[in-house]
Amino acid sequence: MTLTPSQTVGPFYGYALPYEHDWELVAEGHPEAITLSGRVLDGAGEPVPDALLELWLGFTGDRGALLRGDGLVSGFGRCGTAPDGSYRFRTVRPSGPYLSLQIFARGLLRSVLTRVYLEDRPDPLLDSLDPARRRTLIATGSGDSYHFDVRLQGTGETVFLDF
Amino acid sequence: MPPSPHPPNQSPGYRSTLLRAPAQAPVPFKTDPDAIELTSPVFGHEEVGALDADLTRQHHGEPIGERIIVTGRVLDGDGRPVRDTLVEVWQANSAGRYIHQGDQHPAPLDPNFTGAGRCVTDAEGRYRFVTIKPGAYPWRNHSNAWRPAHIHFSVFGRAFTERLVTQMYFPGDPLMPFDPILQSIPDAAARQRLVSDFCLEITEPEWALGYAFDIVLGDTPMETP
Ligand SMILES: [Fe+2]
Repeated sequence: MTLTPSQTVGPFYGYALPYEHDWELVAEGHPEAITLSGRVLDGAGEPVPDALLELWLGFTGDRGALLRGDGLVSGFGRCGTAPDGSYRFRTVRPSGPYLSLQIFARGLLRSVLTRVYLEDRPDPLLDSLDPARRRTLIATGSGDSYHFDVRLQGTGETVFLDF
Repeated sequence: MPPSPHPPNQSPGYRSTLLRAPAQAPVPFKTDPDAIELTSPVFGHEEVGALDADLTRQHHGEPIGERIIVTGRVLDGDGRPVRDTLVEVWQANSAGRYIHQGDQHPAPLDPNFTGAGRCVTDAEGRYRFVTIKPGAYPWRNHSNAWRPAHIHFSVFGRAFTERLVTQMYFPGDPLMPFDPILQSIPDAAARQRLVSDFCLEITEPEWALGYAFDIVLGDTPMETP
């Protein structure tokens, strides 16, 4: 059976895929909330202003993935990048060592999939990478605030997973 | 597992890939059975509204254009239905104009058409949208470049690795051979997978033309031997 091929998300998803509170997996003030933010950059180091990021924690949370509410935790979120290429999520820590991040954009004929490790640690995937590439998967920051840039191409290109 | 049907990252005919497509080979990770990428968000039927799947009834009046029904099943690589998965669509109006503020194509907006819909598949993996046929539209990829009429689809599946965003085309569209986005897919059978079938059984008399479009997602990596 022929599988359905991917096509780019294109430039015009912005009125369709974002939804209310999509980037807030937990409400403001949640005691375990952390923020994950960063930028998406292209092969020239320029910001990508029309990317869409999806964050997946590996558990669905208190209700379906789209629903939000006081005190509830969702395991899924979405954020479109701003004109300066920036994105942000308010989330909780994942149960494992990393968060899963998928990126869609005009110019990506298929989405790319990566991991955000909140700290460096022994790990089968990380240990399979050379040190320079390994660093691309480690967020900077601590406490309740982390930073993670996605470089689609070129110097410091983020490690993307084969899927 | 069947060979990958997907376009290569670098497809120079589609200019936007030049600075955005990753240059490095993707890294294998599927040997870890605890990988959270092998799980997927879960969607409840209560998360989508009853009218979300009817793009012709989201405003006071009816949109201009040829009313169509687009329906099909979401299947895994073995042909089994993928139930309770979220399907999202978005499209241009019948004049080929998106409501998105970045769309500067000098064609009219339709006050009765937004062009976005959602539904969750049923127990057979089926989804169904009512909409109007989108128009072709120009883009600046190359001189005299036009996108064939298409509907954008987003589907989740059973694993984050099955996540798929794609585009559905219409049979017989003369623009398809000239479209670098569709033609970025190397395999002709895979390209054909994106062309819907006109279907008289789906067509409703005196009301709307019917198109069938099935979506076949990859096996989850855990299921491959
Ligand atoms: Fe489009």
